[in-house]
Amino acid sequence: MATALHAASALARRDLRAALRQPGELLAPLGFALVVVALFPLGLAPDAALLRQLAPGLLWVVALLASLLALPRLFAADLADGTLEQWLLAPQPRALLVLAKLAVHWLLTGLPLVLLAPLLGLLLGLEQVGALALSLLLGTPLLSLLGALGAVLTLQARAGTGLLALLLLPLEVPVLVFGSAAAQPGSGAAPWYLLAALLAAGLALTPWACAAALSLTLD
Amino acid sequence: MSTALHPFWRYASPPQFLQLSGTLLPLLWAVAALLGLSGLALGLFWAPTDAQQGEAYRILFLHVPAAWIAMVCYGAMALWALLGLSLGTHLSFVLMRALAPTGALFAFLTLWTGALWGRPTWGVWWVWDARLSSALLLFLLYLGFIGLTAAVDRPQDPRRGDRAGALLALVGVLNLPVLYFSVQWWSTLHQGASLSPAGSRMAPSMLVPLLLCTAGLWAYAAAAVLSRARLLLAERQAVQARWRAAA
Repeated sequence: MATALHAASALARRDLRAALRQPGELLAPLGFALVVVALFPLGLAPDAALLRQLAPGLLWVVALLASLLALPRLFAADLADGTLEQWLLAPQPRALLVLAKLAVHWLLTGLPLVLLAPLLGLLLGLEQVGALALSLLLGTPLLSLLGALGAVLTLQARAGTGLLALLLLPLEVPVLVFGSAAAQPGSGAAPWYLLAALLAAGLALTPWACAAALSLTLD
Repeated sequence: MSTALHPFWRYASPPQFLQLSGTLLPLLWAVAALLGLSGLALGLFWAPTDAQQGEAYRILFLHVPAAWIAMVCYGAMALWALLGLSLGTHLSFVLMRALAPTGALFAFLTLWTGALWGRPTWGVWWVWDARLSSALLLFLLYLGFIGLTAAVDRPQDPRRGDRAGALLALVGVLNLPVLYFSVQWWSTLHQGASLSPAGSRMAPSMLVPLLLCTAGLWAYAAAAVLSRARLLLAERQAVQARWRAAA
């Protein structure tokens, strides 16, 4: 177990270092989110009351779409340079390695979005930006977990992000429903509990599903 | 420790399956044509006009069976996916793939007939209520499955697409209850106009055509799936033979 944890932390440190050497890629989803949020008032109307009412749902949809952007590259480099084949040979539990990789992925793509969310909320006139950020804090790890599953399944597909969107977004509907309900001002406790339950189930199950998908699709 | 296999398992062998489906298919097509046409004829001409909804209600003879079949096909797909992944049986994956287009077709028919019924009855083609939204999501799940298996396949070897599709079907079927619950919860949260048809007991003269149509469409779905599975098997055998000849 100690060696497995050691391997997982080494993997996480390596991923972190590799990602920080190309900071431009990390900023792209944030720039995307900002641009899309700026488009809503232009496309709808500069109506403060309307935008405030729509803001939690719109920002959650933006979070879902932004989470798709980084996914095609999540495992692509590891497949190209043979790292994933070494995973299959390594004695360490694959689910743990997946979890370490996803922790770094969330830290670099999910967390920045959570931190940017209050600002985006203010742009749309939302007052309780804390609830929005907190709901995204619970929800974005789930988007990373489900997204990783989609990334593994489409790793060798002859198709672009369109297929990934068609595959993932219907599966992510529960996250969107509970997340945007939790971010609504005056929401009760129920959506928070449901979102947290989804996160717990996702954390427990998806690393195994990803590990299984990796060994099934790499042959 | 010998575990005798149930005789049913021998149909996992493609030649046995081809023989069985070959004898079943003409029967299924005949049942589909006979029951489907008689059900439609009775439903469209013999069943009485509904007191509340008028003639528009008659689309339910297609709508209701289509919705059932669309839902059951996804479950059957996941079942074959599970069997294929756990037993490694080639035919399970073929049946799983053969189910997807039929399921998608019936999911689309559900939406289409629903819209045709909604326009004269509710005055709108579409409302965002729990049932309609979850039917749409089911349709999208089918499209995702078909898209994935088609994009992952290599020309000489369908196994990668089989496995990726099987995993997606299993994840989808585990997610489906959560999805349905979340959509239900979402629609109660927003308290949309409740536009459900009045829950009335169905007269026998309407029930008989509905049962006939249901049986006919089920026979059609089974026949279409079996025919597609036979085609997929033939295609795979042809590809294998070509690669063997080229090697």
